[in-house]
Amino acid sequence: MLRFILTRVSLIIPTFIGITLLTFFLIRLVPGDPIETMAGERGIDPARHELLRKEYGFDRPILVQYGIYIARVLQGDLSKSVITQAPVLDEFLALFPATIELAVCAILFALVIGLPAGILAAVRRNSIFDHGVMGISLAGYSMPIFWWGLILILLFSVQFDLTPVSGRIDVLYYIEPVTGFLLIDSLFFSEDEGAFRSALAHLILPTIVLGTVPLAVIARMTRSAMLEVLGEDYIRTAKAKGLSRFRIIALHALRNALIPVVTVIGLQVGVLFTGAILTETIFSWPGVGKWLIEAIFRRDYPVLQGGVLLLGIVVMTVNLLVDLAYGLINPRIRHTR
Amino acid sequence: MTAETMDAPAVAAPTATPPHPLREFWGYFSANHGAVAGLVVIVAVVLVALLADVLAPHSPYLTDTTIALKPPFWQEGGSFTYPLGTDPIGRDILSRLIYGARLSLLIGIMVVAISIMVGTVLGLVSGFFRGIIEIFIMRLMDVILTLPSLLLAIVIVAILGPGLMNSMLAVALIIMPHYVRLARAAVISETSKDYVTAARVSGAGTLRLMFREVLPNCTAPLIVQASLGISTAILDAAALGFLGLGAQPPSPEWGTMLADAREFVLRAWWVVTFPGLAILITVLAFNLLGDGLRDAFDPKLKR
Amino acid sequence: MALVEIENLSVEFPTQGGIMRAVDGVSLRLEEGEVLGVVGESGSGKSVTMLALMGLIPFPGRVRADKLSFNGRDLLTISDKDRRKLTGKDVAMIFQEPTTSLNPSFTVGFQLTETLRLHEGMDRKAAERRAVELLGQVGIPSPESRLSAYPHQLSGGMNQRVMIAMAIACNPKLLIADEPTTALDVTIQAQILDLLMTLQKERRMGLVMITHNMGVVADTAKRVMVMYAGQIMEERSADDLFASPQHPYTAALLAALPERSEGGRLATIPGVVPGLYDRPKGCLFSPRCAYATEHSRHVRPDLRPWAGGHIRCHYPLGDPNRNAEIQHDHPVGTEAAS
Repeated sequence: MLRFILTRVSLIIPTFIGITLLTFFLIRLVPGDPIETMAGERGIDPARHELLRKEYGFDRPILVQYGIYIARVLQGDLSKSVITQAPVLDEFLALFPATIELAVCAILFALVIGLPAGILAAVRRNSIFDHGVMGISLAGYSMPIFWWGLILILLFSVQFDLTPVSGRIDVLYYIEPVTGFLLIDSLFFSEDEGAFRSALAHLILPTIVLGTVPLAVIARMTRSAMLEVLGEDYIRTAKAKGLSRFRIIALHALRNALIPVVTVIGLQVGVLFTGAILTETIFSWPGVGKWLIEAIFRRDYPVLQGGVLLLGIVVMTVNLLVDLAYGLINPRIRHTR
Repeated sequence: MTAETMDAPAVAAPTATPPHPLREFWGYFSANHGAVAGLVVIVAVVLVALLADVLAPHSPYLTDTTIALKPPFWQEGGSFTYPLGTDPIGRDILSRLIYGARLSLLIGIMVVAISIMVGTVLGLVSGFFRGIIEIFIMRLMDVILTLPSLLLAIVIVAILGPGLMNSMLAVALIIMPHYVRLARAAVISETSKDYVTAARVSGAGTLRLMFREVLPNCTAPLIVQASLGISTAILDAAALGFLGLGAQPPSPEWGTMLADAREFVLRAWWVVTFPGLAILITVLAFNLLGDGLRDAFDPKLKR
Repeated sequence: MALVEIENLSVEFPTQGGIMRAVDGVSLRLEEGEVLGVVGESGSGKSVTMLALMGLIPFPGRVRADKLSFNGRDLLTISDKDRRKLTGKDVAMIFQEPTTSLNPSFTVGFQLTETLRLHEGMDRKAAERRAVELLGQVGIPSPESRLSAYPHQLSGGMNQRVMIAMAIACNPKLLIADEPTTALDVTIQAQILDLLMTLQKERRMGLVMITHNMGVVADTAKRVMVMYAGQIMEERSADDLFASPQHPYTAALLAALPERSEGGRLATIPGVVPGLYDRPKGCLFSPRCAYATEHSRHVRPDLRPWAGGHIRCHYPLGDPNRNAEIQHDHPVGTEAAS
């Protein structure tokens, strides 16, 4: 088991190097002088320009520059935002909980609906329910979620006035961040009862929007994994033992079908962050996705560089954890390595 | 045992003969109603794109503030002159959608063409030469796959600058790993087969082997992946347009139209609804087609 | 009362190319404690027949029969619930691929005790004790430690023993063994067959041995049923069948046994079992039969009583008039024509 973990961990090192290379070259490939790029549009006086060139090592050979960059990254120094002058890492850490809160709600939403829908569709293969689930999930998979968000706002916020249009919580409330997750902070650390309800209401539409594509993928994957497993020899054995249909499906089949589904859920993390960029933009959700898009328009390249690197590391880590979880639920891997 | 059950003989109609492969392919494909519907929609979108000059009632660029934000014809204040209404600066939405079909199809096809060409070559090369080249290419693809796709596209557009061409290049790059992996896997499984050995023994060069012998044998998965790739390309390019990083106004690209319309969501539902619907229907059609093709190429999977 | 009574059973699967009849008019009787061998090539319908008896025909397969009963229970009208009480308890089945037939995600102990807890209502402790006993009975060394093993940690032979232990856990009246030794090494094959025969004698249970291997039948069965393309071709006592096969197909199968080969070359049966698109109009074996005639190519023979058993052939080998009849019916087969 330890060897299995070590092998998997060592496998991500090249990917890590690749991501750092990408972000390293990002700032150097942008047309123009990198220091001026970093300084932004306000410009910079020649003395300070020279100082910064030295500090970042732009006068040294490219490999040395990369070495300096890696050393800085490993010390947690991702340089400062051109606009706010705040360290990029600090800004990221302040905004990241909002993105996580949204992403976790979205994936839970996707699982709670997607798993049962996929299982039922497989069990009732070729029924109307099956065709319905497959049709809807393909539409969800094809959904331009930036439009989906607007349509939901149009329906629920404008037409029925049920949900708020944007933000994380009503401006009436100010919640001092404790955990950074508003649902938790407002429930446990705020006296005001309305705060939690407001936070919850603000979460509903973004959760649906961000959860739509993962929901579709999970439903489809669960169905096909179940269909494959239901055709296996050991399911015939389970039937020959006289087990009930429910036990065969919920225990013997599902346990095996979950193995590929867990992998797919892990891969959805990348999809979630892609969706978060769009969802946060639509709903003015103060997370890292919106932050990155704003950085582009403000030409705040250090933020873009640091943000991409950090998100890349997060996705990589989650993929690694999923890989390890895969080993845990699959006895064949657990024992053979 | 299952195989035996299925292979078991005996049929009611003794006169039946096995159908021709192409016919059988069409049989499987046409049995899938969704796939046929997808194909019909795609043909319709292609026709609309080709005949845009004839079909569009107005110019997609002509602005007229006197008729700004007219609703569709079935709502009060709407008229058949502007069947789907007008946008905030008085352009006919239907005409813009019709010309937008051209852009979306162009984006989808160009992106996938670039991606397939470069991706297949990289895949074939890494599959044939193995070693350090393969490790380098495949690791690079892993990095592309690890990063959230839109994030990578945004980074590329940030480097190259916003615009339709640059967003197409960015999307081409993020869907490339699929083709590289496909081509490489095909090469590795095919090169171990007898017919490649036979070609090699008879003196075929590596290049000839790559393109004449191996490539034709991985066309089926490539076609399926291409169909699915077009839908991803249209969707991602529209997302970039929506974020203001893709096609720039006044281009009638569907995503860009949505970006323009965003602030009017509270006042004029039609400027928001129709461009997105166009994206959804087109993307759905390509996904349906891709699914149908995959099932038809591999009927065993379908059962 | 017979343990199993099947009359005129057919099983059909709808396919793209039409309806495929996997089992065609099969009738059979099995007494308590009897051992029946069912022989045929791949795709002869022998497994499907027994799956129909177990109620395990997968969707969209259709089962039809004039009679299908087990131990006096009518299986055509039985409710799903009552049927589940029967399967796994009174009728049990083991399969060809022991390793894929066991669930890879659960331990051997879990899969074994599951049956006991379901059918015998045992608690976990009692079921585990019984499971250890059963594993011992099927010859698994240090059974206590095997309870926590996963199927992939055991060999194919061991897994088949686990399958057998599972099948006999509730003292079934009938055990169906579907090619139980085909996927195993030759040395293990003999051990598993011995084990099955020992268990059968100890428990006086009915045993149906499905196999394509005539040798396996010779070692085990008292009565043999030969199937081809979904139909019964010949059915009689094992001794008679091996001494004087009556159907040309049976004879050909026996001639293909290595120990029976007379010359230097092993006899083979030319051609293949008819598929979806080449099902003959007449006798199903006629395209491959050395004695086929114009008549047998056009008229399908019925299953009729013959020489103490049953046969589906116009010209049984033991019929004194067969040569004259073959000549009269315009022979087309290679041997008959010469």
